[in-house]
Amino acid sequence: MILLIQYTLIFASVLMLVALGGCFAEHSGVINIGLEGIMLIGALGGALAMKFIPTSVGAPVMILCVILASALFGMLASLFLAVAAISFKADQTITGTAINMLAVAGATVAVKAMNTAASGGSDVSSEIAYTAAREFFTVRIGSFQFNWFMLVAVICLTVSYICLYKTRFGLRLMACGEHPQAADSVGINVAKMRYAGVLISGLLGGLGGIVYITAGTNAWKFENGVAGFGFLALAVMIFGAWHPVKIALAALLFGFFRALGNVYTGIPFMAALNLNSTVYNMLPYIISLIVLAFTSKKSRAPKAEGIPYDKSQR
Amino acid sequence: MDNTPYAIEMLNITKRFPGIIANDNVTLRLRRGEIHALLGENGAGKSTLMSVLFGLYQPEEGVIKKDGKEVKINDPNDANDLGIGMVHQHFKLVECFTVLDNIILGVEPTDKAGFLKKEEARKKVTELSERYGLKVDPDAVIEDISVGMQQRTEILKMLYRDNEILIFDEPTAVLTPQEIDELLKIMKNLAAEGKSILFISHKLNEIMSVADRCSILRKGKYIGTVDIAKTDKAELSRMMVGRDVEFVVHKEPARPKDTVLEVSGMTVASKVHRNNAVKNVSFKVRSGEIVCIAGIDGNGQSELVYGISGLEPLVGGTLKLCGQDITKAPIRKRSLAGMSHIPEDRHKHGLVLDYTLEDNIVLQRYFEPEFTKTGFLRRKNIRTYAERLIEQYDVRSGQGPITIARSMSGGNQQKAIIAREIDKDPQLLIAVQPTRGLDVGAIEYIHSQIVAQRDAGKAVLLVSLELDEVMNVSDRILVMYEGEIVGELDPKKTTVEELGLYMAGAKRMEVRG
Repeated sequence: MILLIQYTLIFASVLMLVALGGCFAEHSGVINIGLEGIMLIGALGGALAMKFIPTSVGAPVMILCVILASALFGMLASLFLAVAAISFKADQTITGTAINMLAVAGATVAVKAMNTAASGGSDVSSEIAYTAAREFFTVRIGSFQFNWFMLVAVICLTVSYICLYKTRFGLRLMACGEHPQAADSVGINVAKMRYAGVLISGLLGGLGGIVYITAGTNAWKFENGVAGFGFLALAVMIFGAWHPVKIALAALLFGFFRALGNVYTGIPFMAALNLNSTVYNMLPYIISLIVLAFTSKKSRAPKAEGIPYDKSQR
Repeated sequence: MDNTPYAIEMLNITKRFPGIIANDNVTLRLRRGEIHALLGENGAGKSTLMSVLFGLYQPEEGVIKKDGKEVKINDPNDANDLGIGMVHQHFKLVECFTVLDNIILGVEPTDKAGFLKKEEARKKVTELSERYGLKVDPDAVIEDISVGMQQRTEILKMLYRDNEILIFDEPTAVLTPQEIDELLKIMKNLAAEGKSILFISHKLNEIMSVADRCSILRKGKYIGTVDIAKTDKAELSRMMVGRDVEFVVHKEPARPKDTVLEVSGMTVASKVHRNNAVKNVSFKVRSGEIVCIAGIDGNGQSELVYGISGLEPLVGGTLKLCGQDITKAPIRKRSLAGMSHIPEDRHKHGLVLDYTLEDNIVLQRYFEPEFTKTGFLRRKNIRTYAERLIEQYDVRSGQGPITIARSMSGGNQQKAIIAREIDKDPQLLIAVQPTRGLDVGAIEYIHSQIVAQRDAGKAVLLVSLELDEVMNVSDRILVMYEGEIVGELDPKKTTVEELGLYMAGAKRMEVRG
């Protein structure tokens, strides 16, 4: 049972971080389909930090470095979207899809090249192992394994909420996603705000990526991508109506179903059902389909999202 | 301090766009505390001139002076710094924000950390709204409030920024007669408080009633500035159009005969909310009469037409065209049964914008033997037919039949649609806001065409938001309010004020089709 809670919380943290990232991009008026790819690039940054930073630096420094590395990598990946979609007014869906494909391919090639060079040709896998460093992120409290990333997620949630609803930045950001012409007419630089929205989305998406790959394993094969978690996060964002608090609740729900797949063997009645593990692994995706089918009609996306801002159109 | 009486002077402004001179040596002088109207037809250069003043365009020649000193306005921020504010024709309001959030957007009061200080803003807004008689609820969300209140929000936006020069870009187009009266009163109040107001309009009545002076533009050229006290509507319109304009549509009394369209108990669902947009509406349109559906935008007129034309299915009720039941008939069948439709949105439903003019003209007839043989288009016949219509209806375009529709002006796009729909020789002509966005000359032409159809024994259903059009063109007025027909009026026996009360829902009568 504790294991179930633990996994629910860690997966919910992933979904929440990434969904909050999507939320910032969309509130600024840019659809970020590329979260999947951004997650993977962020994960790559974090994994490299964990591999190369010596464990002798101690837990706090390691944690900080890993967070910074994945956030930075995530932002770099999102910069691609920002430049294409905002500066060059490219189609946001296509650009996002391109990021997703590029991220998996790029990460795979990079890691394979790195492994090949390091091993003199005997290791050509796209895997990075980070067993030792991963220890730093967890604290045992009884049989519950607390993960510092859970705290990071809660902090990000609080900051996101305050930022969106209590500050000047948030008000301006959301104005750009709803009615960029209105924002422009009162002297707000729409492009600048959208860059900010997308880069924050990259930061949070990258963080989500490292949390995801370290959630249950000591190594990650980058050719596997992040198994649709970026898209799942988009579903969480829609289900959460683009609002941080509701997103947190939606993330818990989806996280719970994802966790079931990891721990169902430990729950007697579920083990007794004797279902194939694939069924549990499919659960979050099936739930997201059902939930979206019923809620997406009512949900209200930022009005101007997906439309490149054109000054001359009034 | 300065000694010029002018708050803003725009001297000898010339602004060129590729191919046209939008403003040709235009001079506009706005006195402090006056309401100065800017009058001109569509395309006369009013918007361009205001965009120059607001910093959206840079003029090639000419200077702008504020209080006698030359200034440079590079973007809306510069304009704002100079105290110039503008209520745009299409409001610049974020619909899911509150009134207060919209007012403070861009000039938010914050503490040092960037946190909003809304209480302070609320106090200032409340003060301003009391001082100028602008009733608004600061916590209401924009999408829930009336258009009039949205406009007051826009005005408060300018006042909150302490703007001294207020530009109103065609502010009355979206208002009811009562709201218009109120707005004009507010404008006078503002002027009395020392604000200088530029009022862009092509509605002569409003200019006559509120403005102190009026500058007129025609085809980008400055025609002159007149004192309102020393002029009249006829002179203004002559200056605007360059010739005498008939304000009255000439027509004989209607002689209605057989019922052509019979609508009974029609109910149409709304796309935007849960309720039905049209609720149990019944009426008839007879041959030889023009029935006008009047009402404020968004009271179900669009959905009513969608239901009749077949763009939306009916939730309930029946439709008969010339005795034939068309309740469930597809659009092509309705068209063949004698229905013509000049749609509200000419870009969405009227034209295929990236098709040529000739293809658009045969859009509803291409399958007839004259234009198709064994599945192939008879291009020659299409060309001949298109050329005839272009000639007959005076549709002007760059390359004649092969012009891409998108590249044509709004007036000529509308003429092309009218040519197509009228030449089909329909029994019923549905015209939805046929003159929207067009200038006086084009409006005159379209009105004469509609009356000619009536006189040829056709039934005409006109949907209009323009009160002048409603009063002048129609033979019978049906007023729609919140999806229902709340009044049937005779344009000869009613007044604009009475019509306005029905439109605003303040008055209603029992109407049975």
